[in-house]
Amino acid sequence: MNEIWAGLLAAFHLIVTLDGDLVEITLRSLQVSLSALVIASALALPFGTWLAIRRFRFRRATIATLNALMGLPPVVVGLIVYLLLSRSGPFGVLGLLFTPTAMIIAQVVIITPLIASITHQAMRELWAEYHDLLISLNTSNRQRVLTLIWDGRRALLTGALAGFGRAIGEVGAIMIVGGNIDNATRVLTTAIALETGKGNFALALGLGFVLIALALLVNFAIHALSRTERHSTW
Amino acid sequence: MIRALTLFLCLIGTAALSESMKLAVTTSFHNSGLSDVLLPVLLEETGLEVQLLIVGTGQALRLGRAGDVDAILVHSRADEDVFVAEGFAPYRREIMYNDFVFIGPSSDPAGIANAASIEQVLNRIAIEKALFVSRGDDSGTHKKERALWQAAALDTETFGAWYKAVGSGMGASLNTASALNAYILADRASWLNFRNKSDLKLLSSRHPELFNQYAYLPINPDKHPHVNVEASQLFENWLTSSRSEHLINAHRINDEALFVFNASK
Repeated sequence: MNEIWAGLLAAFHLIVTLDGDLVEITLRSLQVSLSALVIASALALPFGTWLAIRRFRFRRATIATLNALMGLPPVVVGLIVYLLLSRSGPFGVLGLLFTPTAMIIAQVVIITPLIASITHQAMRELWAEYHDLLISLNTSNRQRVLTLIWDGRRALLTGALAGFGRAIGEVGAIMIVGGNIDNATRVLTTAIALETGKGNFALALGLGFVLIALALLVNFAIHALSRTERHSTW
Repeated sequence: MIRALTLFLCLIGTAALSESMKLAVTTSFHNSGLSDVLLPVLLEETGLEVQLLIVGTGQALRLGRAGDVDAILVHSRADEDVFVAEGFAPYRREIMYNDFVFIGPSSDPAGIANAASIEQVLNRIAIEKALFVSRGDDSGTHKKERALWQAAALDTETFGAWYKAVGSGMGASLNTASALNAYILADRASWLNFRNKSDLKLLSSRHPELFNQYAYLPINPDKHPHVNVEASQLFENWLTSSRSEHLINAHRINDEALFVFNASK
């Protein structure tokens, strides 16, 4: 119990004094995970919606695979991305290993299936409702996808936030491809792992509380910006 | 004109400052706090920024082989010799040493504190079947531990549940030992800097077999043309200078020296 108190105190101290290192790694956490979220959403939202409105031969298998990929182990993703970006790997010449870009790539791989899967589930119901209308209007596939995404944006927001949650709290993959380099690729989760390794539980826990607070803050901010739970739009 | 000149100087300035290299080091180099002593001084004096990848010796060697770092600082003589023989590094240069220590519960159920030799220490732990935490991650410390068991003619494969290979770094393994109140082999620097000691205590050390040499191996540009040879050479020169000697020898915790500089100049 003492350790938890010490952790809360450490978190309080870090935030109140606006610790320089803390600000830096917090901003980097946000930068990496938000970039990954934007890229993953740009891929997953249209793809998930498209899956809901199209009927094709391997649809069932594709959806099952997508759902299974939601549980993709981050460490394995990290290892594969590492092997691809390593100097001895196929994309080694790009020199991307141990940079924030590599971390973003790994996180995109991890959260895209999750967002696509949730999108597909939500869009399937919406499509049942919109099916007759959109078909009778003789819309193109592109128009259908865009309409569904816009009208289903609240459900998609949940999917995106789930993806963000998985990205910001993830440590296995970014530890491998980022390398936890001070002032270059250290983020909140890898810093927590490092401090835990030193037996410095108070600071590790303090960083953990900062991470939780950050996740809450981002979620509140997005809800406030998108005006959910207001007026007639529940 | 002045504006152009200023801009030019700024560009030069950032170019000089942005000199950096990637170095894979064993966990003890960082966990002992030594990196926080050396690297800021290095940056100030030479403008060289060393980006640390804190991993076990096994992984550091892998990163070096793949050419993902510019140099490595490790502690496992046999592997280093293989690494040089395979041509991944042109040579190895000894930098400093410390020693391994046996940590265990303060009650010392196996009675290793007064053992006369490493063989006796290990035999007493094995006979008592006292809980023992092994790194199990192919790091320098793990290699050392396996070599010690082997030298004592004990086979870790035949051990029961009391021998726990946790497959983690030094800090995480110490945390496990601390929670289980188990015996563990650690390097002195990581132990002294470890904050979660609970009931653990340093029980046995200063045996000749526990000597722990750290060496610096720059990656061979013949194998990996993209490595930053200039930076790794600059770092090596600085690391073996009298300035670094002073810093390494003066780094103490609880009035105990952590490392002893022994690079040939």
